[in-house]
Amino acid sequence: MCDKIKINLVVNGEPVTFEVQPHVSLLRALRDNYYYDVKCGCEEGDCGTCTVLLDGIATKSCITLAAACEGHEVWTDKGLGYNDALAARLQAAFVECGSIQCGFCSPGMIVAGVHYLKHGGKADRRAIKRSISGNLCRCTGYVKIVDAIYKVAQEIERGALA
Amino acid sequence: MNTKILENEFEYSKPGSLEEVLETLATKQNVRIFAGGTDLIVKLKLGALPDMEHMLDINGVEELGKIETRADGLEIFAGAKLWSIESDRRVEENYPALREAIQAMASISVRNMATLGGNFCNASPVADAVGPVMCYGGKVRMQSKRGAREVNAVDFFLAPGVSVLEKGELLTSVYLPAPKAHTGHAFVKMGRVKSDIAKISITAVLEREGDRIASCRLAMGSVAARPLFLKAIGEGLAGKAMTEALAQETAQNISDFIKPIGDNRTTAEYRTDVAKVIARDALVSAWKNSGGTL
Repeated sequence: MCDKIKINLVVNGEPVTFEVQPHVSLLRALRDNYYYDVKCGCEEGDCGTCTVLLDGIATKSCITLAAACEGHEVWTDKGLGYNDALAARLQAAFVECGSIQCGFCSPGMIVAGVHYLKHGGKADRRAIKRSISGNLCRCTGYVKIVDAIYKVAQEIERGALA
Repeated sequence: MNTKILENEFEYSKPGSLEEVLETLATKQNVRIFAGGTDLIVKLKLGALPDMEHMLDINGVEELGKIETRADGLEIFAGAKLWSIESDRRVEENYPALREAIQAMASISVRNMATLGGNFCNASPVADAVGPVMCYGGKVRMQSKRGAREVNAVDFFLAPGVSVLEKGELLTSVYLPAPKAHTGHAFVKMGRVKSDIAKISITAVLEREGDRIASCRLAMGSVAARPLFLKAIGEGLAGKAMTEALAQETAQNISDFIKPIGDNRTTAEYRTDVAKVIARDALVSAWKNSGGTL
């Protein structure tokens, strides 16, 4: 049995220390510490529901090792919703547009959408589809998810959102 | 909880300097390099690497994450993420086929993590980003405690999952020489959906001289036991006047050079047939891209 490593990171703005074994994924470490808004789907980097922002970049937490995150900053969907105006607006837009059916893909979709919008994403349906190409949804057919991101992108372009 | 946990238990280290990385590689047993982890972690989850005892994270070494301009080209270091390569102005301007290949790979969140060095070391016959590097005349630079060496990208691969990398050696960078004027580029990939692993792919890079092809290089993925550089075909085109008929004829000859297999993505028959179609398309679009007309 390998020794546990202590890792210090910032999750949703709060400094935390996790004690993990080297082979534990970031997804597992987060869920073990009650960050249940990070969902566990395929666990091999395909479905995207475990997506988090790692230093501001959308990253699949199931294929990221927790040990490799020492000193890094992680934001989950829930934390973003409480602390980030743009993310909160996108979450509201998901509700307004009916982008949530079973809801299992939503946290990953929203984080992927936040990454897109924060990196200068425009109200362009093709580009939005590309931005969520790493996230699978089995209910909605994606149209309403694209609608929601499109709606917020338009609001940003109109200057209605900072 | 889902049951897909990593089967192996292993040590983990993240040194801050290249010397320490090479030292660890030389002294520890059954070490695996962690650059992006998008292949490695998935393999571990599938139980494909039962012998691994030590994971060596190279992301602590700052210089390994860089993309540097050199006197006669561009050096992309092993830890540089695909995302930073595809969004690099120098790659966009000089190596568009590489950019296209990278953008055809997986999803944005995977490209945020994955590296070009990893695409080489994984040594899959399907690897998308390898073909463009071969066609641009790229070189792979490696280093160990014993010293540094360099091989042409076309000589790097030996078999599925096997490259010329020796025990204790680290791929440090991929070097791309500067392209010549009037260069045309094309990358064509067939997959079920865009972000899938390729059923088959082809890269064509050619230099145009008036209405003639001065030189041409072609490489294909998923048609042999390793990424295939079609040296003879490319050389055979040098000096010829480009026509639609020449593109067709060259494409027809491709089946003599490839040995595709059938697997879970598609059949050998499909690959054999489609190879001709995408070879023609790649040649024509590289020609048009170089400013040539047909």
